[in-house]
Amino acid sequence: MMQQHWLTRPGTIRRLWQVFIAVLAATVAAEFFIEHEAHFGIDGSFAFNAWYGFAACAALIIFAKLLGEVLKRPDAYYEEARDE
Amino acid sequence: MSNLLAHPGALLIAGAVGLIVLRGRVRTAVALIVPLVALYVAWQVPDGIAAQARFLDYEIAPFAGDKLSRLFAIIFAIMVFGGALFALNQTKALELPAAFLYGGSAIGVAFAGDLITVFVFWEIMAIGSTLVVWSAGGRSAYRASLRYLMIHLLGGVLLMAGIAGHVAEFGSIAFGSMTLDSPAHWLILAGFLINAGAPPLSAWLPDAYPEASWSGMVFLSAFTTKTAVYVLLRGFPGTELLLYIGLFMIFYGIVYALLENDMRRILAYSIVNQVGFMVAGVGIGTEMALNGSAAHAFTHIIYKALLLMSAGSVLLMTGKSKCTDLGGLFQSMPLTAACGIIGALSISSFPLTSGFVSKSMISQAAVDEHMLYIWILLAAASAGVFLHAGIKFPWFVFFQKDSGMRPPDPPLNMRLAMLLFSALCIVLGVFPGPLYELLPYEVRFVPYTGAHVVTQLQLLLFSGLAFFVMLNYLRRTPTITLDVDWVYRRLLPPLCAAAASGLSRLGETFSAAASALSSRLVAALHQHHGPEGVLARTWPTGSMALWVMVLLLAYLLFYYL
Repeated sequence: MMQQHWLTRPGTIRRLWQVFIAVLAATVAAEFFIEHEAHFGIDGSFAFNAWYGFAACAALIIFAKLLGEVLKRPDAYYEEARDE
Repeated sequence: MSNLLAHPGALLIAGAVGLIVLRGRVRTAVALIVPLVALYVAWQVPDGIAAQARFLDYEIAPFAGDKLSRLFAIIFAIMVFGGALFALNQTKALELPAAFLYGGSAIGVAFAGDLITVFVFWEIMAIGSTLVVWSAGGRSAYRASLRYLMIHLLGGVLLMAGIAGHVAEFGSIAFGSMTLDSPAHWLILAGFLINAGAPPLSAWLPDAYPEASWSGMVFLSAFTTKTAVYVLLRGFPGTELLLYIGLFMIFYGIVYALLENDMRRILAYSIVNQVGFMVAGVGIGTEMALNGSAAHAFTHIIYKALLLMSAGSVLLMTGKSKCTDLGGLFQSMPLTAACGIIGALSISSFPLTSGFVSKSMISQAAVDEHMLYIWILLAAASAGVFLHAGIKFPWFVFFQKDSGMRPPDPPLNMRLAMLLFSALCIVLGVFPGPLYELLPYEVRFVPYTGAHVVTQLQLLLFSGLAFFVMLNYLRRTPTITLDVDWVYRRLLPPLCAAAASGLSRLGETFSAAASALSSRLVAALHQHHGPEGVLARTWPTGSMALWVMVLLLAYLLFYYL
C-alpha cells in the first residue's frame, strides 16, 4: 500500500475547505475597503461579483447537464459508424 | 530582394527545409536558433512596406509592417521557439518541419500588405497544419486531418472568391479595413471566420487538434485561430455582427468543455471560448477593445500552449488522455501539475497572471460603451472560463480520484519549455507594461486597481465554490458530445453513399437501355446494309445492264413526250 500523500488526507481536505471559505469571506469583506465603481446599477449591489459568479456557474453547469442528456454519445460513436 | 531575406516568416520556412534535411545536434540547433532569429527580426521590422513586387497586373506588398503585425509576428515566433523546445524529443520526424512551415506562414499572414499575399500564406498554413495533424500517424489522425483540410480548403475557396470580388469591385488589393457592404466582403469575412472556429463550423477544431501528437497540438493551438483574429482586427474592426458571433463562441466553448471527457478536447473547446473573447472585442471595435483583443491573443497563445504542454506531458508519460482514466498525478508529476495550474490561472484571468491584464481590457471596453448586456455576459463567461478550464482541467487530471499511476515528470526539454512559458505568464501578469507598449493603440488602462482585483477575485473564487459544490453534476462519463460535425461525419456519408449507389443504378439502367438501342440499330443496319442486306448485295452485271437499259428507254420515252 502506497503511503497516502498529505494533500489527500481527510484532515488536510477539511483544512483546505476552511481556508477556502475564509478566503471567500475575505473577498466579500474587502468590498467595504475598496472604492466602488458601479457603472450600470446592478453591479453596485452588494458583493455582486460573488453571487453573480456563483449563479452564472450554477446556470452553466445545469444547462450543460441538460444539453448533455440530448447530445452525449458513447466514445466509440464515430468508429461504430465507420464499421457499418 | 534582400528585404525578403529579412522576412521572419521566410526564415522559419527555410528552417523547415533545414529540419527535414538535418539530423542530430545540428537539427536541434536549427530548431532552437532559427525561431529566436525570427523573433529578433520580427521585432526590428519597420513600419511601412518593406518589399514590393508585381504579380499579374497587381502591385503586391508581400512584406509590410506596423504595430499590429509586429505584435502577432513576435508572439508567433516566441510560440515556435517554445513549441520546438518542447517537441525536441518528438520522434515523428515530419512534425517539427511542418510546424515551422505552419508558424512561418502565420507570420507571413501577419506581415502581408495585400490580400493576395494573405491568401497565399493562408493556404500554406492550411497545408502545414494538416501535416502536423497527419504526422501523428494512425488511421484516426489521418481521417481527422482530411476532415480538417476539407474545412480549411472550403474557407480558402470562400476567401479567394471574396478577394476576387473585392478586386473586381474596388480595383485594389490592399489589405485594409472593410465593411459588410458587398457580397465580396461577406465572403472574405466567412473565410476568416472559418479559421477562427466560429459557428456553425466550430467543430473542426475539437475534432482535429486532439488527434495530433502530444507536441503537435501545442503548435496547433496557436496559429490558425490567432491569425484569424489578426485578420479580423485588421479587416473588420467594429463589425457589430462579430460581437454576437464572439459571444456565441464563448458560451459554446464553455458548455462543450464542461461536457467533455478528453483533457485535450476540453482545452480545444476552450480555444474556441478564448477566441470568442477576442472576436467579441473586435466587434466592440473601440481602441480599448481592439487593444484588448490583440493583447488577449498574445497572452492566450502563451498560456494555452502551456496548458497543452502540461496535457501533452501527461499524455506522453501515461499514454492516456481521458479524465476518466486520469487523476492523482500531482504526486509524481509535481512540475507538470504546477505549470498546468499556472496556465489554468492565466486562462482564468487571475490577478498577477497574463490573462488578467489582457481580458479585463475587453470587459472595460464594454463598460466604456455602456453595453450592459454585453458586459454582464462577458462577466458570466469569465466565471465560466474558470469553471471549464481553470479548475476542471487541473482537477480532473492532477487531483480528483487516485488513478494509481505514478509517472515521473517529462524529459528536461519539455520541463524547460513549461517553465519558460509559466514564467512568461507571470511576468506579463505582474509587469504588463512591455506588452502594452506593443499594442496597436496607446493604452489608457490600469489593470491593477483595488476594485478590479477584488471584483475579479470574487467572481473567480465563487465560481470555484460552484464547481466544488456541484461536483456531482460534473462527474466525467466516457462520452463525446455531438456537434455540427455530426452532419458530415454521420448524416451525410450514408446519404452520399446511397445517392452514389442510386446514381450508379440509374447509370446502369441508362447504359442498358442505350446498349439495347444501339444493338437494335446495328442489327437494322446490318439487315439492310450488311453482306446479305438488300442494299448491299452483290448484283450480277447482267442485271445492271438491264437496269441501265430500262433507264435509257425511260429517257427516250420522256424525250418524245
